[in-house]
Amino acid sequence: MQRKPATSQGSMPTIRTVPYDLLKEVAIAMVGCLVLVIVLAAALSSPDVPSVTIQSWAQADPVDFTTTAANELAGSTTSAGYGAPYNNADAGQTLGPIAPSKWAGVRQPVDGANDFVINPLTHASVGDSQLTTALTAFQAASDTQKTGWLTAYAKALGDAKVQDGKVTVASGDYGAVPVLMDRLLTVARSGGLDGLLLSSGHFYQTDFTKPLLFMADGSYLAGLADQQHLSGSQWGMMNETGQYPGQSWLWLYTVWYQIPPFNTAPNGDLLVIILMGVLTLGLLLVPFIPGLRDIPRLIPIYRLIWRRYYQEEARG
Amino acid sequence: MSSWTARAREGMAKRLPMENLLPDRQPYYVGSWVYVFGVVTIAALVLTVLSGIILALAGPDWWHISAAGRFFNSVHFWSVQVFFVFMVLHLWGQYFMASWRGGRATTWMIGVVIFAISIAAAFTGYLSQQNFASQWIAVSAKDALNAAGLGAFFNVLNFGQMYGIHVVLLPVAIIVLVALHILWVRMKGVVQPIESPRPPTRSTSEEV
Repeated sequence: MQRKPATSQGSMPTIRTVPYDLLKEVAIAMVGCLVLVIVLAAALSSPDVPSVTIQSWAQADPVDFTTTAANELAGSTTSAGYGAPYNNADAGQTLGPIAPSKWAGVRQPVDGANDFVINPLTHASVGDSQLTTALTAFQAASDTQKTGWLTAYAKALGDAKVQDGKVTVASGDYGAVPVLMDRLLTVARSGGLDGLLLSSGHFYQTDFTKPLLFMADGSYLAGLADQQHLSGSQWGMMNETGQYPGQSWLWLYTVWYQIPPFNTAPNGDLLVIILMGVLTLGLLLVPFIPGLRDIPRLIPIYRLIWRRYYQEEARG
Repeated sequence: MSSWTARAREGMAKRLPMENLLPDRQPYYVGSWVYVFGVVTIAALVLTVLSGIILALAGPDWWHISAAGRFFNSVHFWSVQVFFVFMVLHLWGQYFMASWRGGRATTWMIGVVIFAISIAAAFTGYLSQQNFASQWIAVSAKDALNAAGLGAFFNVLNFGQMYGIHVVLLPVAIIVLVALHILWVRMKGVVQPIESPRPPTRSTSEEV
């Protein structure tokens, strides 16, 4: 059937058109894509390295677990000194008067000493008079006394020995700390601490903020991430476990963490976020930004894309 | 005075006639592989959504304990990878064609918003995997989000929040925006070649 040539609006001259089947193109793309994805899925599967639990951490590296727990009591962990949204220990990252972390405030309160150690041990102390006594002694001690016990115990942990899942240190003046740490390790190795850290007073739980912060305070999780080339200095955010592709589309976000000043500045995260916001806004507004919108005219890639058109135009 | 409904119908028919919505002819200069990237991106999005629906129906644990679940998770995983590869190719292709010309800036901007939301959707998907990668991505990503003040409201350590956002809010946003993107493309038509002496095929809007 002879078709009328398509015309543009008003008195504009006509432009030559050719037959085209939109739905057929969509169908072919769907089938092609489906075949490609099924072949990739069947041949390569997908990554699934099992999650780390508090139990697996305590069993695999009891010294790191115990050290982290002692540091939580001493208030010397990353989460203890984090600031918003977990606590008020730090002002958070700022850039001049810009302090978004502080503005947002504490919305997921976390008290490492109590949430990760004292409260779980209080639950576990039912029927354990030695633990009850140790908890009472620790909580009744002065801050100076607690600091003295914890400092000495942390130092002794440097030469700790592990036997039958128990962490033992050289004799010293540690007060109630060894009993607390021993019981917490026992609860953790049994799997009980996973549930106690997730508990928020109601049956259904989906918020893993506390157990993840606790694990992140130790060095075991970071060590596993390093083995899986997921550390920040290894472009971690865009990588995936094993040999699978990760979020490669985050390369521009990740690249800043590899170079100064972003990887050295104390407010590096905020700098990266602001920079990425500006770059995203720039991409959004490309049509209106002189220079950026002119690059396509200067780099003649368009002549490859429309080469047939330009060849015909050249022939007249 | 005609009713709102009649005016809406007439406006839609004028702005997007059926021959533009479902064209069976196109300008002769539309003949490059670059034009395929957009439709393949949409095909990959359809597969991503379909496989995601199956995974959502079975629950977040299913794919860890079932061979069928693992297969559908793999389809979901690779659909996302293909989706991003072709979306980025589509984006670069449209950039070097300066496809915002002829009153098409809105189409470009919708596309960039889709790209940004897709990154957030994929990110929440990685957080929803319930495996080691999820844990590490969560504890790593929290610092930047907290520094920006976003972590107080968008808690990457809260699986329930991330999962809900991943399976409902962001897919709906992407699907709606992709529909708008396609409508704008069909309304404005494909952009004419750079330095073309010929007129645009449909829109005569002033160039940006």
